[in-house]
Amino acid sequence: MKEINDLNLPEDLKYTKDHEWAKLSDGVITIGINDYAQDQLGEIVFVELPETGDTFEKDDEFGSVESVKAVSEIYMPVAGEITEINEGLEDAPELVNESCYDDGWIIKVKPDDMSQFEALLDKGAYIDMLKG
Amino acid sequence: MRYLPHTKEDIESMLKVTGHSNLDDLFNCISDDLKTDKSIDIPEILSEWELNAHMEEIASLNIACKDYKCFMGAGSYDHYIPAIIPYLISRSEFMTAYTPYQPEVSQGTLQGIYEFQTMITELLGMDVATASHYDCGTALSEAALIALRKHKKSSQIAVSSLVHPNHRQIMQTYLKPAGYEIVEIPYTKDGLTDIDALKGMDNIAGICVQSPNFFGNIEDLKAFKTVSDDKKILFITSFTEALAYGLLKNPGSLGADIVAGEGQSLGIAKSFGGPGLGLLAGTKKQMRNLPGRLIGKTLDTNGDEGYVLTLATREQHIRREKASSNICSNNGLNAMTAAMYLATAGKIGIREIAQQNHDKAVCLKTTLEKAGFESVFDKPFFNEFVLKAPAGFEQKRAALINEKCIFAGVKLEPFYPEFKQHYLFCATETISKADIDQLAKEVQ
Amino acid sequence: MNRHPGTSGLIFNEPNLWEKSRRGRCAISLPKADVDRVELDQNLTEEAPELPQLSELDVVRHYTRLSQWNFGVDSGMYPLGSCTMKYNPKTNEVQAARQGFAAAHPLAGDEYSQGALKLMYNLEQYLGSITGFDAVTLQPAAGAHGELAGMLMIHAFHAKKGKQRSKIIIPDTAHGTNPASASLCGYESINIKSGKNGILEPEDVAAVMDEDTAGIMVTNPNTLGLFESNIKEIADIVHSKGGLVYGDGANMNAIMGIVKPGEIGIDVLHLNLHKTFSTPHGGGGPGSGPVAVGKILEPFLPVPRIVKELDSYRFVVNRPDTIGRIHTFYGHFSIMVRAYSYILSMGAKGLTDASKLAVLNANYIKESLKGTLNLPYDMPCMHECVFNDAIQKENHITTMDMAKRLLDYGFHPPTVYFPLVIEGSFMVEPTETESKEDIDQFIDAVKAIAKEAKQDPETLKNAPFLTKVTRLDEVAAARKPCLRG
Repeated sequence: MKEINDLNLPEDLKYTKDHEWAKLSDGVITIGINDYAQDQLGEIVFVELPETGDTFEKDDEFGSVESVKAVSEIYMPVAGEITEINEGLEDAPELVNESCYDDGWIIKVKPDDMSQFEALLDKGAYIDMLKG
Repeated sequence: MRYLPHTKEDIESMLKVTGHSNLDDLFNCISDDLKTDKSIDIPEILSEWELNAHMEEIASLNIACKDYKCFMGAGSYDHYIPAIIPYLISRSEFMTAYTPYQPEVSQGTLQGIYEFQTMITELLGMDVATASHYDCGTALSEAALIALRKHKKSSQIAVSSLVHPNHRQIMQTYLKPAGYEIVEIPYTKDGLTDIDALKGMDNIAGICVQSPNFFGNIEDLKAFKTVSDDKKILFITSFTEALAYGLLKNPGSLGADIVAGEGQSLGIAKSFGGPGLGLLAGTKKQMRNLPGRLIGKTLDTNGDEGYVLTLATREQHIRREKASSNICSNNGLNAMTAAMYLATAGKIGIREIAQQNHDKAVCLKTTLEKAGFESVFDKPFFNEFVLKAPAGFEQKRAALINEKCIFAGVKLEPFYPEFKQHYLFCATETISKADIDQLAKEVQ
Repeated sequence: MNRHPGTSGLIFNEPNLWEKSRRGRCAISLPKADVDRVELDQNLTEEAPELPQLSELDVVRHYTRLSQWNFGVDSGMYPLGSCTMKYNPKTNEVQAARQGFAAAHPLAGDEYSQGALKLMYNLEQYLGSITGFDAVTLQPAAGAHGELAGMLMIHAFHAKKGKQRSKIIIPDTAHGTNPASASLCGYESINIKSGKNGILEPEDVAAVMDEDTAGIMVTNPNTLGLFESNIKEIADIVHSKGGLVYGDGANMNAIMGIVKPGEIGIDVLHLNLHKTFSTPHGGGGPGSGPVAVGKILEPFLPVPRIVKELDSYRFVVNRPDTIGRIHTFYGHFSIMVRAYSYILSMGAKGLTDASKLAVLNANYIKESLKGTLNLPYDMPCMHECVFNDAIQKENHITTMDMAKRLLDYGFHPPTVYFPLVIEGSFMVEPTETESKEDIDQFIDAVKAIAKEAKQDPETLKNAPFLTKVTRLDEVAAARKPCLRG
């Protein structure tokens, strides 16, 4: 497993304590799991996705990521409605390992309250949290 | 004791290594107040031949002698078990192995169960079958829970009143503590589930129908599928007689989303009701919702094909309190038995045996009607049907059991109090024309 | 004698059934048609299912070859922790196959099923005496099913008192079935950690036990192979808040004749006949999971119950407080016959000796392998001992590598990566039926593997070499599931 210093954590993303990342563009937030989470889980074999149109509160569980012998729930960084899901993950869950910030994104959300997004951790704060 | 290999010298030398002076000291970590001062109150040890005599004496208290004739079904069926099946299933490599957690030394179990899954999906017309469940009733309960969890807005599930009454009771046990409720679908005077009754049921999470139903009649499953599609809920079917699907259209082709069934008919002894074989199958969409083990095909490091337990993240040992089921051990050896039976019967055999079951049952029904029994339902059936018995039959039935070891039907009244003097009869391939004629003569 | 049993022999390839199939073959003896053929309405029928078409020898050879790829207790030592892979006596099979048992129809009627009822009644009494409880049900079909039955009784008990509770305490060493069973009753699992000695500390239980907690689920001995010696204090704490103590009896094989769970504060306990009472595991079942209870839970037992009146037996279903029915008929009767046969073959002394020798074997292995493998809890164990791979990690060798290498040496590996509280656990349960020579061979094999871990780690990483297949790609199996042929 990777050391904290070896993790790929882009500067332009927001992070959660549960190791999701979130990125805002054109009023829509794209969400996935970050390099730390995919590395901890190992080879991902399945991503359980919500349905488009589902609505969730902040911190609700909206899906899960599975390796052969572990399951990890994924939580909403912000409240909102699911506008798109990454259907490519159904046949290729390994995208989360190979490209967790690009092809391995998980959902897109129309947020209810933009301030929740603003309040997420930036890279520095997230790393501090990892270091405990 | 012949199962305990330790000699006195072994024990002494082992105790030296562990640092104890005698066997009792091994339990010094348990304080005396936790130890029992009462001995175990069980009979004196028996030698193997004393045990044989004792067991035969108890076994003979059951009326199930060699020339016993069984006209009973209702969830447990008398079918011929080919000699090769007990022979093969007794191989200790199958019988004395654990769950195949180490696939490299479990390929026998794994390929065997993979073949079982395949043949069950073929028999039922479904995409996925699990490696087995305890029995039909528990499998059906799990199926109902899948529907209820999916359809979160509803806490009710509609269950045909012609689903085996014992299965409905199990469902009740499973569903009640979680706050779920069963709504019964009544039956019509034809002995079929009353599909019209579903019209008023707006807040249900699924529909469960057994076919052939408890009265033996074949249900129009396709019509129920239409209703469940309209309501956008899951359609669950069940069955107690697996051989019926050697002849009948399978539930998958009629639209079932989940099928729960009893596989005891597939080469498994009745054994006073257990262990049987719970079958659980679903469409591809239900794959990850089905509880219990699944075997999948993969490759080894040399690129050779092999089999492993897969999709284990659904199960309790990984998901713990979040698992949808707590099942761990299933009825694996009986699944293997059923696979052996299906391979032995094959496409030709299963059809011929199923057809003969139907033929014998029709012959039994007409013969008994001639002997004074009344037909109750006039609907197609597989190998079971209900008749109203003439007065005085109950006494004759008891005498037949005691004197000739013939069991003439299952009394319906304990299951459906409105059916006094009615009996559920069954005929399988083990019943000959002569047996049928003899029964008719005895009860006339 | 020092040679390990593992070797390579001729292993046959064998395709899937359908690859062997040839149209027109049939392996079953078909009865002659002695009644008229009656065709069902064509709308109801369809072509027969595409089952394979084989001759009888095709089938026999297929399953004989498959069986040869399997490892069973009869093949060799199977020290799978918490699974009690003891010898399965062959006389048990003979008894279960008797016509009077095997051919008995479950709805024959009590009057005509006195043998079955008598055997079940007696077995309930024997299990009650072994565990120190007042009443036993034999209906649960497996250990997890027994857990569910037990938890449903606890649930019904609280419901009857008028106030349902919402939580249940579960230690971190518990089997996964415990929290899963509790969840089915709607209870939220409150996980607590074992103390530094690997057992529960009363104060940790007291800290979470309240009047909204239904009780606690305790496995004793626990899955670290340690006896929960604070069990009485813990039970007192739970009882004082109106809760009940569920005992997971998976590890009963350690304490027969020594401790009766019913006497030390446990209210309900399930047993696994396929562990402690020698019935075969069958590659994953069918098992049987009887549940024993004290007087307070007796009214809640599943129906039907068996009652004895003079010398006859009958089923009773009308019991107002019962949790209901949990099995279509009466549970796994033929498994009960085997367990009954085992108990009568052992007698009270034999059962007690079995537990003592199971504990002796485990402690002997623990002492002999201590130092070769890391032993996180170095204290007297019960019937199993738990090591891990901390020493071998230095050479990047894991528990999994050692487990796979053991296969080449002719042993089934121990339970690995459970319990979860120890990283890389390697959990050995030899059972009493293994002889000193076999255990010594196992110890030698583990020592040889530990040596290989230092000198030739690559070999371990690629093991096994002598099995039908090598390590399988479980990731591919899960990513693209292929569940039928």
